Amino acid sequence: MSTATAFRFAVNVTPKEGILDPQGRAVESSLPHLGVSGVSGVRVGRRVELSVDAPTEADARATVERLAGELLSNPLIEAYTVELLGATSSTATTEPADGVPA
Amino acid sequence: MVRIGVVVFPGSNRDIDALNALRVAGAEPVVLWHESADLAGVDGIVLPGGFAYGDYLRAGVIARFSPVMRSVAAFAADGGLVLGICNGFQVLTEAGLLPGALLRNRSLRFVSRRIAIAPERLDSPFTRALDARRPLRMPVAHGEGCFFADPATLDALEGGGQVLFRYVHPDGTVAGDESDRANPNGSLRAIAGVTSAAGNVAGLMPHPETAVEAVLGSDDGLGIIRSLVDSAAERAAAARPVVVVGAR
Repeated sequence: MSTATAFRFAVNVTPKEGILDPQGRAVESSLPHLGVSGVSGVRVGRRVELSVDAPTEADARATVERLAGELLSNPLIEAYTVELLGATSSTATTEPADGVPA
Repeated sequence: MVRIGVVVFPGSNRDIDALNALRVAGAEPVVLWHESADLAGVDGIVLPGGFAYGDYLRAGVIARFSPVMRSVAAFAADGGLVLGICNGFQVLTEAGLLPGALLRNRSLRFVSRRIAIAPERLDSPFTRALDARRPLRMPVAHGEGCFFADPATLDALEGGGQVLFRYVHPDGTVAGDESDRANPNGSLRAIAGVTSAAGNVAGLMPHPETAVEAVLGSDDGLGIIRSLVDSAAERAAAARPVVVVGAR
């Protein structure tokens, strides 16, 4: 019996250090209106979640890294991190990583 | 007659204007569909404005992976002339055919109004029909047009003559970076358009193709379109095999 596993990942994309982030600046400038002070360094990015069918986590991660570098982020202006959310096997369900439901 | 292709992506909306501008400039415009890798033997290519693939993820990025773009990249690598306007400029930067990136306007607002740009050089395939480095009036209409590159890249672009257009005031002085209304999106060093290192690929955020006839409010953009058409015609003539007529 084959044991294809679906690995669930999140790719978090944020503007690189030093890159203009007018959205972050706009959010930050709204904070005083909420009566909030002492918050700084607001950066607005995006999060993409996806599932990859692969024999191993390393194979799945390689696919995600490629997508993250070539499509989901623009390396000139954005940085990304890849986060494993969980894994689901077609024969049995493994314990999700980090306690996050798969 | 020189044939110039206009690539149509789902979400392109200035393709009709580009086709019209090419006609006004004396070329035969050819529609190129994004799903086809066949460039129909055109002598030059325009990537028009719009919101290709809804501008999802980042403006221009999904269009980059369409079949036609592989052919456009090969055409450019072979020295073919490619002009990206607005969204077309964004597609070319995402595809790595032009340097830099286009960020969200610093104002966070979509800007749609008449601005002025001036060419940095008159010897490029895209500016040769312009008579002087005077301000050219034409519209901008975009939300992500803030040209960005790191300082070293900006210096290299300036040194290599790759800055093609800058936003200027009506008197021709270059606009400031930020909070200067003459720079509609906050582009670094007021850069409105650049070329590739080889000079045969260019992009700009403003719309020369909607400023080609007096009835449109300005015909200042026609010189840019005509430059492309003339350059493409010259290149096509040079590539054509010499036919000896009358040989027996």
